Amino acid sequence: MNKDLGRLLLEHSMSGMIKLSELDILSAQTGIPAPGLEVLAVNRGIIPFRYLRNLGSISAAEQQNLFHAKVAVIGCGGLGGYVLEQLARLGVGAIIGWDYDIFEEHNLNRQMLSTVDRIGQKKAEAAAARVEAVNPAVTFQGIEEKFDCENGKRYLTGCQVVVDALDNIPVRLELAGTCREMQIPLVHGAVEGWYGQLATQFPGDKVIEQIYAHGETGNPEKKYISTLAFTPALVASLQVAEVIKILLERGELLRNKIMLINLLDMDMETIEVSREDSTGCSTAEVIQNK
Amino acid sequence: MKVTVKLFAYLRKGRFKASDMEFREGTTVLQILDALAIAADERNIGILFLNGKHAEYSSVLKEGDVLSIFPPVAGG
Repeated sequence: MNKDLGRLLLEHSMSGMIKLSELDILSAQTGIPAPGLEVLAVNRGIIPFRYLRNLGSISAAEQQNLFHAKVAVIGCGGLGGYVLEQLARLGVGAIIGWDYDIFEEHNLNRQMLSTVDRIGQKKAEAAAARVEAVNPAVTFQGIEEKFDCENGKRYLTGCQVVVDALDNIPVRLELAGTCREMQIPLVHGAVEGWYGQLATQFPGDKVIEQIYAHGETGNPEKKYISTLAFTPALVASLQVAEVIKILLERGELLRNKIMLINLLDMDMETIEVSREDSTGCSTAEVIQNK
Repeated sequence: MKVTVKLFAYLRKGRFKASDMEFREGTTVLQILDALAIAADERNIGILFLNGKHAEYSSVLKEGDVLSIFPPVAGG
């Protein structure tokens, strides 16, 4: 980094943090856009002031780790919208938002990225705009393709964690297989009505395959899956907590477990899943692979 | 023999959350679904875990087993 620029960033910081207003002043002086300066500041150990209230729960070093992490969110609908919002606010530095679909009117009841004026527009585009509005220092890549193992291998390279925010079983199983092959931890979430479920699958674990062992595509009698706004918001939040713990190697993960959430009875239960079918790697092994 | 049956999501409607039930030795998962009047359309989409491991309709239960039955939640 340019020595003068480093000195300028230090001069404009206070107690190891730098405010957006100072970045704007520096940007006017240097001609470098503020988000670019923010990246340079983080690389120099200066934490953007926007993360003040992250600190205490996570350390400055961990905040830097998040900034250098890359996470892919597969699906930008009910779950994905909330997941993307939180990852951007938490300060995950590189995010992929994957969705080929466009917003329809019936998404408005629950999908955070859907607004009246975005009906008919691509979900991945809305995701890019939202991340840019919330945290322009995040490097966002929108993928407007249907997920399959082939494009999965192309785009997921370099991701530390993948989030399953899909809406159907066959593609979920394809995603689980792709993540296993690529040795990337996968945080699974799914919702329907008042009910949701969550599981974290490390390479070699086989929880998702056991959940969807019958490979059904759902009840053919049903014309559509109903979902209430709070269910994806909750499950997405739980998924993001798992993502952050994987990235920071902290806390307890929902590995070889399924959390089943019933918001009608206000009941959450975690079922232990047998590891007999699993040849799962340890956390340390996965981290070593990175 | 005594086995614990746990039901999740809408399968609880008109039934129960968890129950210790008495069955004959050699009872299969399918016979338990019948006993609980879990209809075919519900059964076809049911996910079955016996002691935390994916089970088949033909799986035979033994004393002390825990059978968890839940519908596949797959929306996003």
